[in-house]
Amino acid sequence: MNKEIENTLFVNGQTVEIADEPNLLEVIRKANIDLPTFCYHSELSLYGACRLCIVELEGKGVVASCSVQPEPGMEVRTHTAALREMRRTTLELLLANHPQACTTCAKNTQCKLQDLAQRFGIEDVVFNRPVKERPIDDSNPALVRDPNKCVLCGDCVRFCAEVQNVGAIDFANRGAQVTVTPAYNKGLGDVACVFCGQCAAVCPTGAITPNSAEQDVMAAIDDPETTVVAQLAPALRVALGEEFGYDPGTSVTWQMVAALKRLGFDKVYDTSFAADLTVIEEAGEFIERMDEGGERLPQFTSCCPAWIKTAEHFSPDLLPHLSSCRSPQQMFGSLARRTLPEQLNTTPEKLVVVSIMPCTAKKYEATREEFHQNGKPDVDHVLTTRELAGIIRGAGLRFQDLEPESFDLPLGFKSGAGVIFGNSGGVSEAVVRYAHEKVTGERSPEVDVHAVRGEEGVREAQISMGDRTVRMAVVHGLANAQRLTEQVRQGTCPYDFIEVMACPGGCIGGAGQPVSFDENIRQKRKAGLYAVDKGLQVHHPQDNPYVAASYRDAIGEIGGEEAHDMLHTTYKTRQRIAGQELSLANSEATGQQLEVDVCLGTSCFLKGSQDLLQALAKYINTNELGEHVEVKASFCHQKCGRGPVVKIGDKTFEHADFDTVRGTIDEVMQNS
Amino acid sequence: MAVKKFEDVCDILDRQGRNPARLIPVLQEVQKIYGYLPEEVLTFIATSLDLPPARVYGVATFYAHFTLEPKGRYVFRLCDGTACHVKGSSDILNALRDKLGLSEEQDTTSDKMFTVETVSCLGACGLAPVMTVNESVYGQVTPEKATEVIDEIVKNEEDNG
Amino acid sequence: MNAITAKTDLDNIAETYRKAQEAAGRRVIVCAGTGCVANGSLEVAKAFEKQIAAAGLEVSTFLQTEPDHNTVQLSESGCQGFCQMGPLVTILPDNILYTQVKEEDVAEIVEKTLRNNETIQRLLYVEPGSEKTCERVDQVPFYTAQSRTVLAECGTIDPRSLPEYLAKGGYKAARKVFEGMTAKEVCGEIEEAGLRGRGGGGFPTGRKWELTRIQEKTPKYVICNGDEGDPGAFMDRSLMEGNPHAVLEGMMIAGHAVGATEGYVYVRLEYPLAVERIRQAVADAEEHGILGDQVFGTDKAFRIHIMEGAGAFVCGEETALMASIEGKRGMPSPKPPFPAQSGLSGCPTVINNVETLATVPLIIRDGAQAFRSVGVKTSPGTKTFALTGHVANTGLIEVPFGVSLATVVEEIGGGITDNNGALIDGSFKAVQIGGPSGGCLTQEHRDLPLDFDSLKNVGCMVGSGGLVVMNENTCMVSVARFFMQFTQNESCGKCVPCREGTRQMLALLDDIIEGRSTEDTIPTLERVARTVQQTSLCGLGKTAPSPVLSTLEHFHEEYQAHVDQKRCPAGQCKALTVPEIDPEACVGCTACVRKCPVDAISGEPKKPHQIDPELCIRCGACAEVCKFNAIKGI
Repeated sequence: MNKEIENTLFVNGQTVEIADEPNLLEVIRKANIDLPTFCYHSELSLYGACRLCIVELEGKGVVASCSVQPEPGMEVRTHTAALREMRRTTLELLLANHPQACTTCAKNTQCKLQDLAQRFGIEDVVFNRPVKERPIDDSNPALVRDPNKCVLCGDCVRFCAEVQNVGAIDFANRGAQVTVTPAYNKGLGDVACVFCGQCAAVCPTGAITPNSAEQDVMAAIDDPETTVVAQLAPALRVALGEEFGYDPGTSVTWQMVAALKRLGFDKVYDTSFAADLTVIEEAGEFIERMDEGGERLPQFTSCCPAWIKTAEHFSPDLLPHLSSCRSPQQMFGSLARRTLPEQLNTTPEKLVVVSIMPCTAKKYEATREEFHQNGKPDVDHVLTTRELAGIIRGAGLRFQDLEPESFDLPLGFKSGAGVIFGNSGGVSEAVVRYAHEKVTGERSPEVDVHAVRGEEGVREAQISMGDRTVRMAVVHGLANAQRLTEQVRQGTCPYDFIEVMACPGGCIGGAGQPVSFDENIRQKRKAGLYAVDKGLQVHHPQDNPYVAASYRDAIGEIGGEEAHDMLHTTYKTRQRIAGQELSLANSEATGQQLEVDVCLGTSCFLKGSQDLLQALAKYINTNELGEHVEVKASFCHQKCGRGPVVKIGDKTFEHADFDTVRGTIDEVMQNS
Repeated sequence: MAVKKFEDVCDILDRQGRNPARLIPVLQEVQKIYGYLPEEVLTFIATSLDLPPARVYGVATFYAHFTLEPKGRYVFRLCDGTACHVKGSSDILNALRDKLGLSEEQDTTSDKMFTVETVSCLGACGLAPVMTVNESVYGQVTPEKATEVIDEIVKNEEDNG
Repeated sequence: MNAITAKTDLDNIAETYRKAQEAAGRRVIVCAGTGCVANGSLEVAKAFEKQIAAAGLEVSTFLQTEPDHNTVQLSESGCQGFCQMGPLVTILPDNILYTQVKEEDVAEIVEKTLRNNETIQRLLYVEPGSEKTCERVDQVPFYTAQSRTVLAECGTIDPRSLPEYLAKGGYKAARKVFEGMTAKEVCGEIEEAGLRGRGGGGFPTGRKWELTRIQEKTPKYVICNGDEGDPGAFMDRSLMEGNPHAVLEGMMIAGHAVGATEGYVYVRLEYPLAVERIRQAVADAEEHGILGDQVFGTDKAFRIHIMEGAGAFVCGEETALMASIEGKRGMPSPKPPFPAQSGLSGCPTVINNVETLATVPLIIRDGAQAFRSVGVKTSPGTKTFALTGHVANTGLIEVPFGVSLATVVEEIGGGITDNNGALIDGSFKAVQIGGPSGGCLTQEHRDLPLDFDSLKNVGCMVGSGGLVVMNENTCMVSVARFFMQFTQNESCGKCVPCREGTRQMLALLDDIIEGRSTEDTIPTLERVARTVQQTSLCGLGKTAPSPVLSTLEHFHEEYQAHVDQKRCPAGQCKALTVPEIDPEACVGCTACVRKCPVDAISGEPKKPHQIDPELCIRCGACAEVCKFNAIKGI
């Protein structure tokens, strides 16, 4: 066999070279044949469930090409009459169990099932026996789950488990009853879902979609009493164009601003302005932590709300390591609510702040109670990139023909550092641009920090700032982030500063961005953002005159008390399952008993609370105190740094041990 | 006693080495203790085995042997086949539910004594309406007869302490 | 007892047991297979213990003492196969078989048979038809037509007794392998024997082992698949209950052959007795240095773990089974990679079914050639089947591959019965082979040799070995529906064709049975069936449509009658039947009028009644109560 034949196979008679493709499906795609699939995703593990990528393999019969290793000399047929009939039948079977109301679905025109039904010319579904309708979960601000539209490809389940290591959703039940659901059929808002929305991003149908705020925003615009302002996230400008026929990565900043003005927004600002603020506050905090000796290092970034929620659920013991800075969205909101009413001749109550974000977690972030003033959220509504595109289309605007317009001042002016926040590595680069000067007193000769740019899930860089070397890590994907938190716990983490973004590639890969089947989409958007930076006059946050003015007029000193009040926040631990507790009490609870509540949350559990609970239970048992003492375990008292935490009556004990608890119980018993 | 049960659960977890691969044996043994798999206990097992609760829930709902609902000590199954339905099985169902304060949503009494369910045809149409209580079969049941069965059970339970 | 010089110690145990047994007089074996237990055989065994002692004879259940000739050895065995005549009691050395023995018969057996050598005629088996009384086991046609090899000890030895297994030559094959054969030689011997997997597809076991052996990655695992889930199949259960050490020995040999030091027995939860027996066998084997870190005193290790299933038929599929052992949902995953390359926890794994593993020691003991001398060239050896349905003799059987269907049904099965179990003239309508994954055989297959390839050629499979015989009154559409209901319930729900396809096939079959079908129904059913068969992810999905496709092929006219004429030729589909009362037979007793739950029957006393087909819900209550067989069509 000569080398050529050794490395080729035949697809419908055409010779195709085998490179290092992991499976036959990829080889066939290379031959420009688009075999349909639902469950194949090159970044996730092989699942093999949709059975649409079937081919006929000489000598083997019908096989799923995703599950076959390409071998030289294979003869593959992809579109025989039998294959076409089977694919059609499989699609019909899926459609028989799928709502037919495409026009009212959030995924209309971008649904793979709809697309395939059209491609296969399915006009009529002969089967008509859907299973029982399942309730829709729209109990949280970020995501809506409609299990009736689920084709059970499992992409969301695998993304959540493999890339994010969150595991908020999984398959439940068996056979025709199988469904994808959070534990115990709870709503996503009641479990450890971090709202990154990547489940929605990979969902081929409308089974998981961002929770739309379009109606609320349009109502606010229609209300003559309100002043509606928008803040636009960096990653938006290189992706929105995709919805209107631009190549991915093309910056459409000025048309975008124009469109928002036409839609009736009173002012259009740039979240990148707030990102400049974030850089200054966060770098200041980092330098302070370095100076104090490194107790609170590594410092994790806090711009990504999905990462913050992840840390609150899974690493509550490490919350002191998070930067206390609010995300740019919330810094903007805070500043806007305080300073804009006066500038715009309105009141804080009548000012409506709308964020337009590439992100679903931002929808949830805006609802966090820390970001409310006088009962009103700093950011009223959050739209995704796709929702904005929908509104623009709905208004009949011809996006490409709009005359460019510029952002409003002052909150629309930014440095390039604030723009590259949308890329993984961008926050780190921006911090270096600022911190280098802050630490050494002089500016680094190179503006760009190539060491932190790139694609890999975990990247590291050593940055010299005078006589200091800062060890930085940039991660995207929450599984990668959790590997680092584990290192911190073990004391083996070699970094000082860790940037975490939940989504692949950072915000440009956010779940609110346009749906695309282009595998290079993230690289193109990333390049687009770096190009925008290049095109701006200012690249350093410290050069942004409006930032300086804000500190002077509104915020006060960098890192000062007012700055903390306006631009920083606090975190809290979160339970895996909201509101669950394990009652160990006697069945005949009288309500008169002394309540002893031992925390079994992750952190306390690791610190030995289970042993404590067992010892306690045994003690109650042997001393027959069951009548007087009610033992309970709850899944988090939210004091994870100080576990094991035990509540006895109304007293809370931190770092509790068995002797203390027993002593207290005995004391109470004697007194009563 | 609940404390004892918790100790047993911890014992089981320890015996299985807190190994996530031993999830199924853990669930089997825990179900033997509780008679079903309470959600909070599943969450505790998930924490102990370092698995997401959704994953544990997924396994617990995959296998037919596992149940997440506690059943009563006496399970009343009312045949919902055509013959029984026509002969008034729904009246009996309502009588049982009224007597025990149950509904379609809540099928087991809070003291875990009684469960009332419907089943598809038991194949004893000649005896319609038919009801089974655990292993015993009752034929030609009336609402009065059905509620008498409850009274008898309650009386027996009281007599036997 | 570790560091045992296993050879001599095990030999001693075997020899001691043999001598003790020779010295003992008679032996009473009470079948304690699940079927006989359900009929009360454990009470029978207890009664024996009491009565033998009361009669002044010594009873020994484990032969621990040096017995004299007055001792009666009493033991419980695994399934003896003839389940329908249980509880079964065999008395050695005369080989007397008593059937349907009740507690109250025991005193008489002890008095007459054990003390006075009399045979009790009324407890002997009488062959229906010929009315021939069979005094000894080897006169019973059910047994004489069989060729019990793998099952030879199952039903005679005490499954709880390691010494007895040793005395019968047990663990000699494993010792031969561990002490003197290379892994490659063992794989070669099994391949030479031509042993094919008994659990489904019939893949050559030796080749499977060799593929696992050549993998470099360690650790490796051996899994015994005891998740026998087909309704109506109980071969594996019987083996695990009746001869657990044979299964363990097979696993050890497999372990040595592939280089594995750990094995799992996966037993379904519904087989508690099998779990108990295997558990005890493992404990006994560990105690005697047969399993452990130094197997037979060598430096080789082999340990066996037991895993109980949790109620999922799909776990019989090997990748699903392994997922289950790993603590996951039992959902199959795509192959390749095959378990031999990447199985349990990603390690090379050989997975065989119970019967296959129980066959292995026999091959090592007697040699590949001896094994090949039975059966046919491409399917050597014997196969166990669970024979059920409309035949006179139902139970567990073992025959050489290649015997004809007619031999099994007519000679071993003893002929066809009606729905009440009475022998009838005529022959079978169909035989469903291989459970919900298999297909049906008809009269045209009477002389078909039962072996892997012959069955495959007619679109069937040996499968797990269920054989359900059906008489002329069986509706084949309903049979297909029954199996489809089963697979639909048990589909794991992972791949689209199986999850959605089985649901729609079931609905289409319901349409046919309940009179809602149109001319499109059958073509649509065929189209879905083909798609599910060709495109499903795992073997269970691929074979799920077999009962439908096979009945469609052989009984197309019957399907067509349901669709075109809304008529069920077998008269079984209630919705298609027209109930009526035979005026000749009806005496007007009014029993049916009173029983009818929907008041569909009317008529004056002492005069023939009428039934209103519109009101009738076909529950059959009237037919049950009618003493004159006057109700027709239900």
